[in-house]
Amino acid sequence: MLTLRCPVCGIDADETELSPGGEAHLTRFGPDASDDDFHDYLFTRENPRGVHFERWRHSYGCGKWFHAARCTVTLEVFGTYSAQTTEPPAGIRAVIAEKRPGWSWRGLS
Amino acid sequence: MKRYSAFAIAREALRHHSGWQRAWRSPEPKSRYDVVIVGAGGHGLATAYYLGRRFGIKNVAVIEKGWLGGGNTGRNTTIIRSNYLQDPSAAIYEKSRSLYETLSQELNYNIMFSPRGVIMLAQTHHEVRGYQRTAHANALQGVTTEFISPRRVKELVPIINIDGPRYPVLGGLWQARGGTARHDAVAWGYARACSDMGMDIIQQCEVTGIRQTDGKVTGVSTTRGEIGCDKLGLVVAGHSGVLADMAGFRLPVESVALQALVSEPIKPCMDVVVMANTVHGYMSQSDKGEMVIGGGADGYNNYTQRGSFHHIEETVRALIETFPMISRLKMLRQWGGIVDMTGDRSPILSRTPLDGCFINCGWGTGGFKAIPGSGYGMAELMAKGYSPLTDAFGLERFREGRFIDESVAAGVAH
Ligand SMILES: Cc1cc2nc3c(=O)[nH]c(=O)nc-3n(C[C@H](O)[C@H](O)[C@H](O)COP(=O)(O)OP(=O)(O)OC[C@H]3O[C@@H](n4cnc5c(N)ncnc54)[C@H](O)[C@@H]3O)c2cc1C
Ligand SMILES: [Zn+2]
Repeated sequence: MLTLRCPVCGIDADETELSPGGEAHLTRFGPDASDDDFHDYLFTRENPRGVHFERWRHSYGCGKWFHAARCTVTLEVFGTYSAQTTEPPAGIRAVIAEKRPGWSWRGLS
Repeated sequence: MKRYSAFAIAREALRHHSGWQRAWRSPEPKSRYDVVIVGAGGHGLATAYYLGRRFGIKNVAVIEKGWLGGGNTGRNTTIIRSNYLQDPSAAIYEKSRSLYETLSQELNYNIMFSPRGVIMLAQTHHEVRGYQRTAHANALQGVTTEFISPRRVKELVPIINIDGPRYPVLGGLWQARGGTARHDAVAWGYARACSDMGMDIIQQCEVTGIRQTDGKVTGVSTTRGEIGCDKLGLVVAGHSGVLADMAGFRLPVESVALQALVSEPIKPCMDVVVMANTVHGYMSQSDKGEMVIGGGADGYNNYTQRGSFHHIEETVRALIETFPMISRLKMLRQWGGIVDMTGDRSPILSRTPLDGCFINCGWGTGGFKAIPGSGYGMAELMAKGYSPLTDAFGLERFREGRFIDESVAAGVAH
């Protein structure tokens, strides 16, 4: 079973306590955006075989949202971090660089 | 290719079965084909088959990284039905269901199509209204379905508990000509027919790159060398995102795990397929007597072909309430497949931003039933550039707001 440490309350939460919230760090384009940006924001999703960044909610725990960095092939968790950020922090990226040299995700690496 | 027949069995019985041929050849890849299809699942093989049989394009290779039929085609619970809500869905799923009726004869291969009937249980008032609406839509579409009473459900499925405490059975959407087929046989039958037309099915060969010049596809790089082509069809289900990335475009698709399980074999006790979408469980009995059970998909991206255990637990818990007699059954096997989910729960059969490259994906949790119809439509699209069956399923429907919303009609769309 997938276990993620909730960075808000510090608990190691089993998957049954959590709700998946989809791709992380989306820019929420509004009605004044270009058609392409709005389309991509609404429908297009990263679907990597490997390193992925996601939103999760500790719904049966403290109830807070947070972020997780995970591998979709091995289910290895690289780390979790605050919801109040627009990109993965340097510490998490260093962990991933060590374990998955050459990784990239939506222009990040 | 020698035909299979009662006479062939008698002939081979007399000569110690020494005359059976391999069902398909395993050739070395050539340097070029008119059409290359990536993915030898049911949809890829059916696309190749109809390209040759109906549209005269036979210089075709189907490239598969594992073994043919080893993806979702060999992992699904084989429910076949066409009682969808929207007109484009009804058209392609009903075309598919009707092709299944005669597929064994057409392919000279017993795919064991069993039109035993499919019931989708209505267990909330919301579902009653939803399925009544679907029955009316189906009547207009020429798809024969019927909304039936709880009493009729009980007659069709004596082992069902229609007045369970949480989710009583309030009725059901019944499609008498829905049913099941043997999943492997569908892949094998198409593969044999493709090979017989001179097409190359190349297994153990992974596509690792897509080559292009001036925005037009020129071929693929594989673990067994470079292979050129005029047209390329990507038919790789859960791996569509990976192949789209190689081709340089993105998709409105996410890959998640969907699981199924089977019980020990028991005596015949249920001769129809029953789906309970409110509780995310469905069940049928295989010819061997195993109860074949499936549930809901996981909620997060995954390529491991293993799902979360608690989904199995939830599915079984829900089914035990509806079918109390299965509570003592031992479960024998459990497995998962990686399904490609779109936002409107309808597939994508489309041209792509890369000229000459077509994609068929997004069948998600429910594409086995669609294999013949999808293959037919995809072949027509690739051969002629247009198919009335696939027209509504283009990638541009998201931008244009023309969703084919099947997520309401079938919370789980197996
Ligand atoms: C547990 C489960 C239950 C299901 N139940 C039902 C059901 O009851 N009814 C129903 O209608 N549908 C059901 N489905 C859905 C159905 O199985 C799929 O929609 C359908 O089989 C998809 O067929 P396909 O040919 O597109 O994909 P697949 O059969 O997955 O074939 C794709 C192939 O592409 C190959 N491939 C991937 N990447 C590469 C590469 N780089 N190079 C070469 N080859 C590659 C893969 O190895 C694979 O063999 C179920 C699915 C699952 C997982
Ligand atoms: Zn918490």
